[in-house]
Amino acid sequence: MVLLLLSFVILLVSAALSLCFRRSPARASAAGVYGAVAASVAGLVSAGRILLSGGTETLSLPWPVPLGSLSFNLDPLAAFFLVPVFLLTAFAAIYGSDYLKSYAGKKPLALAWAAFNLLTAAMVLVITSANAVLFMLGWELMAAASFLLVVFEHEKAQVRKAAFLYLVVGAAGALFLLLLFSLLSPSSPSFDFSTFRRPEGVLAAAAFLAALAGFGLKAGFIPFHVWLPEAHPAAPSHVSAVMSGVMIKLGIYGIMRMLSFLAPWPAWWGWTLVFIGAVSGLLGVLFALSQHDLKRMLAYSSIENVGIIILGLGLAVVGTSHGMYPLAALAFGGALLHVLNHALFKGLLFMGAGAVLHSTGTTELEALGGLAKKMPQTAFYFLVGSAAISGLPPFNGLVSEFLIYLGSFGALRAREASTVYAAALAIGSLSAIGALALACFSKAFGTCFLGEPRSANAAGAHEAGQAMRAAMAALAWACCFIGLASPLLVAPLAAAAGCVLDPRAASELLRYAPLPLSYLSAAAAAFLGAALAVALLRAFALRGRVPAAGPTWDCGYAAPTAKMQYGASSFAQPLTDFFQPALRAARHYAGIAGYFPGKTSFHTENKALFYDNFYTPAAAYIRRLAFRFSWLQQGRLQFYILYIVTALIALLIWKL
Amino acid sequence: MTKQLAQYLVVLALSPLLLGVVNRVKAFFAGRRGPPLPQLYFDLYKLLHKTPVYSRTTTRVFRAGPVAALACLLTALAIAPFGGRPSFFAFDGDFILLVYLLGMARFATVIAALDTGSSFEGMGASREVQFAVFAEPAFFLALAALAKTTGAMSVSGIFGALTPAVWTTAAPVLALVTAALFLVFLAENSRVPADDPNTHLELTMIHEVMVLDHSGPELAFILYGASLKLWLLGSFIACSVLPRHSGSWLTDAGLFTAAMFAIAVVVGVVESIMARLRMSKVPYMLITALAFSALALIFQVGR
Repeated sequence: MVLLLLSFVILLVSAALSLCFRRSPARASAAGVYGAVAASVAGLVSAGRILLSGGTETLSLPWPVPLGSLSFNLDPLAAFFLVPVFLLTAFAAIYGSDYLKSYAGKKPLALAWAAFNLLTAAMVLVITSANAVLFMLGWELMAAASFLLVVFEHEKAQVRKAAFLYLVVGAAGALFLLLLFSLLSPSSPSFDFSTFRRPEGVLAAAAFLAALAGFGLKAGFIPFHVWLPEAHPAAPSHVSAVMSGVMIKLGIYGIMRMLSFLAPWPAWWGWTLVFIGAVSGLLGVLFALSQHDLKRMLAYSSIENVGIIILGLGLAVVGTSHGMYPLAALAFGGALLHVLNHALFKGLLFMGAGAVLHSTGTTELEALGGLAKKMPQTAFYFLVGSAAISGLPPFNGLVSEFLIYLGSFGALRAREASTVYAAALAIGSLSAIGALALACFSKAFGTCFLGEPRSANAAGAHEAGQAMRAAMAALAWACCFIGLASPLLVAPLAAAAGCVLDPRAASELLRYAPLPLSYLSAAAAAFLGAALAVALLRAFALRGRVPAAGPTWDCGYAAPTAKMQYGASSFAQPLTDFFQPALRAARHYAGIAGYFPGKTSFHTENKALFYDNFYTPAAAYIRRLAFRFSWLQQGRLQFYILYIVTALIALLIWKL
Repeated sequence: MTKQLAQYLVVLALSPLLLGVVNRVKAFFAGRRGPPLPQLYFDLYKLLHKTPVYSRTTTRVFRAGPVAALACLLTALAIAPFGGRPSFFAFDGDFILLVYLLGMARFATVIAALDTGSSFEGMGASREVQFAVFAEPAFFLALAALAKTTGAMSVSGIFGALTPAVWTTAAPVLALVTAALFLVFLAENSRVPADDPNTHLELTMIHEVMVLDHSGPELAFILYGASLKLWLLGSFIACSVLPRHSGSWLTDAGLFTAAMFAIAVVVGVVESIMARLRMSKVPYMLITALAFSALALIFQVGR
């Protein structure tokens, strides 16, 4: 706990230092980066100790805020969420030191670094706070700091729009959280988490739904995702990595934490989560598949991965409510591990996308291509990230999905049909999500890095800077490490699961997970061995021979151009056509006419389905409603003071 | 352990023969003599001694793709069922790894195809990933139905527990599962009616078009990998229709191998008497397989 406090202080001090150095971008960056890395080292040691020992540390300090108390709680669940936060922010900071260099002099780098470290500090506060008031403080600080980072390039109209949407959604989410805490307060003696009790009857359900909406607006699962594909691509790439990789996971953390106060859980809560998870996963990856902007595609893919996490969480709730403890434990363990895994590979992929943006000036897939020759290392790391996020062996994505699958297959033995169907739904949607993710990421990697460059920008690309490559390499190795050493993670996962699940359920993880995960790791190693053996066979077959070089054969076509290559949209077209009823992409095709057709044009536009059909009408309705009360808003200070005085007097009278 | 090693080696050695059988059956229906049964062995030998040609557009991805794909299949074979006998990697949920290893093989093949910058290969890659979206859930749900029926969680466990008694009590479930597995098997191995391994220059092909630019040892790896995949997915069907286990390894292995060749004959017959489906209809075939598996699961839950 002392080390964690130290890391918190380092973050705040380095943020302040960055601001002090605002006249020298180099010093401001140095303060930000060294602060982030030092804080992460201290924080990781602290979190790692808790995870290995399985204990809990608490800290209470005096705080003169009504209802609030400055109390912190570092239990295994909090420690487990701190690991990706510290890991990713440290690597993102290292990456950012290179990435932001080109903005020096044009942009206030000092403010960007201060906001970055403040964001990390806020995330640490959210995770460790043990009091609702303190929690809300951290939550709002997190929203404010990330807002500052999203508006970094505020000269672009799209960025301003995204940032405003982000601000509004953040406020709406906070309102739901206030509702949640006020629903919990009648049954709880104070706002300390340790005193929270489950409210009676329908209030518990209302609290669950409020938590789902409030935290869902941060986690970004469907239908609360509208801000995510706008805001994440708008931020600088290392910030996108942090936002997509860890910040949205705090919504998951919130749901898990609140579930622990609301036990016992009825089965329909689990079903709601399973359904939301399956829909988010499937629609998220389908939307991602139909995008042709790399960063936007990655943002949609985050919706998919949050869907997988929620699916696992939902299965855990269904399993617990039906007494299927192995299902609950394995699905919860899988969901929790996916939080870490997604932080690693999504961080890596956003950094790869940032390297592409940095070197070519665009993330439009149809304008890229052939980058693997210009930036081979970035291509390799992006490839690792793509394979990992598609759940392919020998990387980490498979491990977390495997745990959810394993729990589901085991639950097929259950006697109640409803558990079996929940498991079958999970199996079916997870496998479809996996296959769609493979399509999505082979498209992304293929059109961006392989083939011939489709534009002059892509042809003039250069390799990313050293710090950027180092950060990506570290994350790629981490993906590989978890793929090969997953049994080591079972004990920390079980400790963290014990903070939310029934203790009987959490111990099942230790019973059912280690053996299959050992085999999984062994098989991953066997795969690498087999690849090495086949590669040696190839080298042996080719000994003493020089392979010939030529143009791509392409069935003998004599004059290929880069434009003839399969692009991002054409690659995805069979699937986007098939799922058109769900995607509803608009197409604009000028058509060709005459015997010697001239130029024509074709472009597709992905509609933001939920935004256009639900949120825009809802916002319009709220605005109409608000205008009816516009007479209250005079714009004169005296009137507002009068309102406050009236309200205070009314409250006093009511209290009397 | 020796028996498991023997099983593994039998598969490695015999799988190229399956394609020989398929081709001989097709030749018989067409009234030709056809290539000799061990033709693929000759091809592999020849290709391993050829010098490959690489396109200047390609990178290492193109060269590594076939290597990684073959490594995936070699690993997956260590999980594959063999007449209800335990395999090397037999653990709870091993089939999940098997499917994802096949996914990795697909990923490697697809990105190697995209590396050439050819529109033909892009087309094939695009179709390959499309069909997998329907095939994978169908395969998983079929396995779920089998797991529910037998109460086992590993490939060896499922097929070890699949006895004639199970067939007599749960025949509709197993029949539906077998049908679903067969449809997935045809599509995943790019056989008629999903794909035609004979066309090489048409816009309608899938798997063959992805490997147009590969030559020499890489092409040998791809062809060998294809024959291993044929065996791998075929073994699930062979094991579902062959529930009888004798005590002796030799009898079981012999019967299982015979069943595998019988499947090859069926594939040859299907290819001779059917036309390929139109490309846009292939997803519907796989959705049929998905429906069969889902129905099997529902039957089993209701039983």
